[in-house]
Amino acid sequence: MAEIAEGGGSHKGGKKRAKKQSTRIDMTPMVDLAFLLLTFFVLTATFSKPKSMELTFPAPPPPDQKVDEVKNGITFLLSKDDRIFYYEGQFRAADDEKGTKTTLSELDFSQDAKASLHKYLLEKNKGMQDKIRALDIKHKNKQLEDTTFKRMVKEIKADKESYTFLIKTDDQATYKNVIDVIDELNINVVGKYVMVDILKPEMDLVNEKIGPTN
Amino acid sequence: MSKKPSKGGAPALDMTPMVDLAFLLVTFFMLTASFRMAEPVVVDPPSSIGMVDLPDNHIMVTIDDKGRAFFGISNSTAKMNALRQMSTKYNVPFTEEQIIKFSGLPSFGVDIKDLPAYIDAKEDARTNFKGQRGVPLDTITPNNQLKDWISIGGTEAVKMYEEAKIKAAEAGGEFKAEKPRYAIKCAATTKYINVKDVIKTFTDLKLYQFNLITSLEGGGTVIDPTK
Repeated sequence: MAEIAEGGGSHKGGKKRAKKQSTRIDMTPMVDLAFLLLTFFVLTATFSKPKSMELTFPAPPPPDQKVDEVKNGITFLLSKDDRIFYYEGQFRAADDEKGTKTTLSELDFSQDAKASLHKYLLEKNKGMQDKIRALDIKHKNKQLEDTTFKRMVKEIKADKESYTFLIKTDDQATYKNVIDVIDELNINVVGKYVMVDILKPEMDLVNEKIGPTN
Repeated sequence: MSKKPSKGGAPALDMTPMVDLAFLLVTFFMLTASFRMAEPVVVDPPSSIGMVDLPDNHIMVTIDDKGRAFFGISNSTAKMNALRQMSTKYNVPFTEEQIIKFSGLPSFGVDIKDLPAYIDAKEDARTNFKGQRGVPLDTITPNNQLKDWISIGGTEAVKMYEEAKIKAAEAGGEFKAEKPRYAIKCAATTKYINVKDVIKTFTDLKLYQFNLITSLEGGGTVIDPTK
């Protein structure tokens, strides 16, 4: 406890003498209040700003523009119950001279699963990752300027031969799945990915896989 | 402040430094505190490795797990101006008092017709406001209020930014404010189809860049592919 003002008080009777009267003030209540306020502000303080992920959606192409076939495309199809399917290349409803009919393969969000999304992307994007990692080491050893490093990473990411990932969802996929896929793509430093609307034949294929919708 | 050790009395302790420190901390927390009103819905966003801070100057659309959309602007002046314009456009009158009160509210998720009643409602009654069905965002019928809010709110926020910039240039000070950004905050369990409607509303307005709000993933660093 704080010191208690002992002076004063006991001078009821008798003459008051200008004897050494204590000038101390009992600070306890003030300290109590200060700590009370402190506790309140500490508890109500919000430090962390929400984090966010920047994403740019494609502008719709002008109606007269012919859409090119996506080179090296890999399409992810998301559906209910956290299920994710993919196919590589162009979608084909049936066998034709360029290739066979598209079939879907399934992946898993969990990293430990055998066919996990993470491992799949790792494998697909290995070349680019290795290049970027080599640059990153150089950058860390101060052999590269910041701007040069950024430019070179950008160039690698924009490589024409690298994969373009398309993300499509059906009506039942959750937002979390979409964020998870984008996150995984970011983790694996994928250069090109885009959100696209799902097409009817693709939806049919997904529905075939997940069975009858209820 | 020295004191002779008193005989027998309570052991005296000089508390001055402690009090100084306590008040210093109080002052710090008081000054850094920013008070917010409770959001009308609690939304639990999914986690990601995204490390970009949400910009202070933003226009945010929140989508809860039922697919209701809530709209909010961080700049209160822009918010007031936006309400005035929306009021004329939808022919819903607001008193000046309501407009000022509105500027202090966080996001809202009601039809503009219900907005006056919503503003007048008590704070704890707002969360259970029965007209809280989300800002209408029908992408087919013309009743897409969210679109108007975004478009008017966006224009106003940019206007505020430009004004602040000019003011700062006149004063000769350094200009630090940032351009308003569009943010989407969404619960992890929301169906993507609901998010798509909101994104469609944005892209219809030729807005293509968003900040998707996510919570920080535990230990989320870029995974080394060699492992």
